[in-house]
Amino acid sequence: MAQMKFMCDAERCIECNGCVTACKNANDVEWGIQRRRVVTLNDGEADEMSISVACMHCDDAPCMAVCPTDCFYKTDDGIVLHDKDLCIGCGYCLYACPFGAPQFPKQNAFGERGKMDKCTFCAGGPAESKEEEYQKYGSNRIAEGKLPLCAEMCSTKALLAGDAQDVADIFRQRVVHRGHKDGAWSNNPQASTDNLAYDAARKG
Amino acid sequence: MTTITMTSQRSERPPWLRNVFQRGWRMGILLLLLVASLGMAPLADAQADTDREMATAAPGISAEQWRQVRSGETGPNYRDSRFDSNYNLINASGETWRQIRNRWVSPFGLIAIGGMIVVIALFYFIVGRKHLDEPRTGRKLFRWSLLMRSLHWTVASLFIVLALTGLNLLFGKFVFRTLFGDAVWAWMISASKVLHNYLGPLFGVLLVVLLISLLKDNIPKKHDWVWFKKAGGLTGKHHPDAGFANGGEKAWYWLLATVGLVVVASGFVLDFPNYGQSRDTMQWANIIHAVGALGLTAVALGHIYIGTIGTEGSLEAMTTGYVDETWAKEHHNLWYEEVKDQAMSEEEIAALKSNSSGDASASKPS
Ligand code: HEM
Ligand code: SF4
Ligand code: SF4
Repeated sequence: MAQMKFMCDAERCIECNGCVTACKNANDVEWGIQRRRVVTLNDGEADEMSISVACMHCDDAPCMAVCPTDCFYKTDDGIVLHDKDLCIGCGYCLYACPFGAPQFPKQNAFGERGKMDKCTFCAGGPAESKEEEYQKYGSNRIAEGKLPLCAEMCSTKALLAGDAQDVADIFRQRVVHRGHKDGAWSNNPQASTDNLAYDAARKG
Repeated sequence: MTTITMTSQRSERPPWLRNVFQRGWRMGILLLLLVASLGMAPLADAQADTDREMATAAPGISAEQWRQVRSGETGPNYRDSRFDSNYNLINASGETWRQIRNRWVSPFGLIAIGGMIVVIALFYFIVGRKHLDEPRTGRKLFRWSLLMRSLHWTVASLFIVLALTGLNLLFGKFVFRTLFGDAVWAWMISASKVLHNYLGPLFGVLLVVLLISLLKDNIPKKHDWVWFKKAGGLTGKHHPDAGFANGGEKAWYWLLATVGLVVVASGFVLDFPNYGQSRDTMQWANIIHAVGALGLTAVALGHIYIGTIGTEGSLEAMTTGYVDETWAKEHHNLWYEEVKDQAMSEEEIAALKSNSSGDASASKPS
């Protein structure tokens, strides 16, 4: 079974927000919600760096662990999905999520947030019919044998999506080719110590 | 193309290459370079000189910025493309919150409440109910007005509803989802959330009213300390001194006046996300709320036990408003001394009630 993962190569991301737009479009995402966001560190400085983030479909997912309704589940492909019929909009998944992925259509008094919405890895969600699925969760490209549209549309191929092994292989090749000790995250002391490029060259 | 243009500006290029650029063949050469580098990539990979490449690569983020990302700080030049987003890149405290809630609050809350139930049950079966030492005299003393009784029972009912719905939020998924299936569980948990979130503020307001009206009777006195040292009369033969409220009741009062208000305050923080409080604030509010609420629930079980099956003659104070003289003498001797001349027979009370067609609150002493 595949283990689906996203990975954004910060060395390539040019902060075009194409992924954000592709996602909005592919999934007809509700007004006010943006399942993917692009974060830029040190905007306008020499060491500017951008990265596209959405739900990372965590292995030991914090959202799943804290949800009071237990409405999350992991598909066989390792995709973390949730059931909007069970969600009560308590916001706990948002408190726990490392990537700020869960979002809510509103934020009103008495904890009225509506149903949580987040990236589905373009894998839809639980529903009776295809129409209902599209309306609640957006498209199910995985069922059609396609990868998430954000990654497919990424002009620099910074955003990669697919089986963890394939994504890792592509990134490893890039690291080796670039020769960075630490892959994309230059000067990350931990990664330099590990010397990703050296490891990757030896493995590859 | 960006990276390539950037590399071309670097000074370590061989002189001949720089000349080519100056002659204006820039585009063509760049394309050539691109194609050539694609072909040579595997070769280059095998002999990557990491240190040299590192020096020529596009500058990455510094150790300091990496530290910032990991700790959740955002610098002045941090940008997020999401509308209205005030999130950092990594929600560093999310995992801490999860661990505190799931590893500590949840299991220890269960232990506190479960433990309390076990202790109370053991106490009941081993020591048993606290009966009146002397027979009842049949003459009654007025203790609680209808208004105070209504307030008490409203706050108490709301507390129970909040405790049950709150417990369902924390533990329900381990029990009811598998037991009843998704359809019933979806209904149960959303009803819990709605009840909890709408009744919580009402409880908060009424709790404050209750606390204010009871303040006068609950000021700690010296004899309350003695009451505690004698464990409220559990040890020794005689009941220790107590006024209108005994040491135990005052302790419960002050617990509600401190922890209770903290639970209410943190509940308000959680209940009104429209004020835009941050995720971090919500995480702390949730932990404080849950710890306080679970603690109060455990102690409330003790309060409920003592007020109902635990002590003979107590419950009627809060249901009828009157207590027997004997009960007053044994449990609240100092109060009894103050009000003993106001004792009435059942007939007198009945007459009083029919006269004033309602409550006899006027006769409440002091
Ligand atoms: C003393 C009575 C109360 C008890 C026993 C109680 C208990 C609880 C418990 C156990 C939780 C779940 C914590 C978790 O899942 O981590 C909770 C959550 C919560 N409580 Fe209370 N609570 C009480 C009063 C209040 C009050 C007075 C308010 C509001 C003013 C309030 C508002 C909330 C909110 C908003 C949540 C978050 C759950 C959600 O948004 O669905 N609670 N409470
Ligand atoms: S919502 Fe957040 S915690 Fe849950 S799987 Fe996605 S990234 Fe992980
Ligand atoms: S908001 Fe919905 S999905 Fe998130 S933890 Fe609450 S019930 Fe679960």
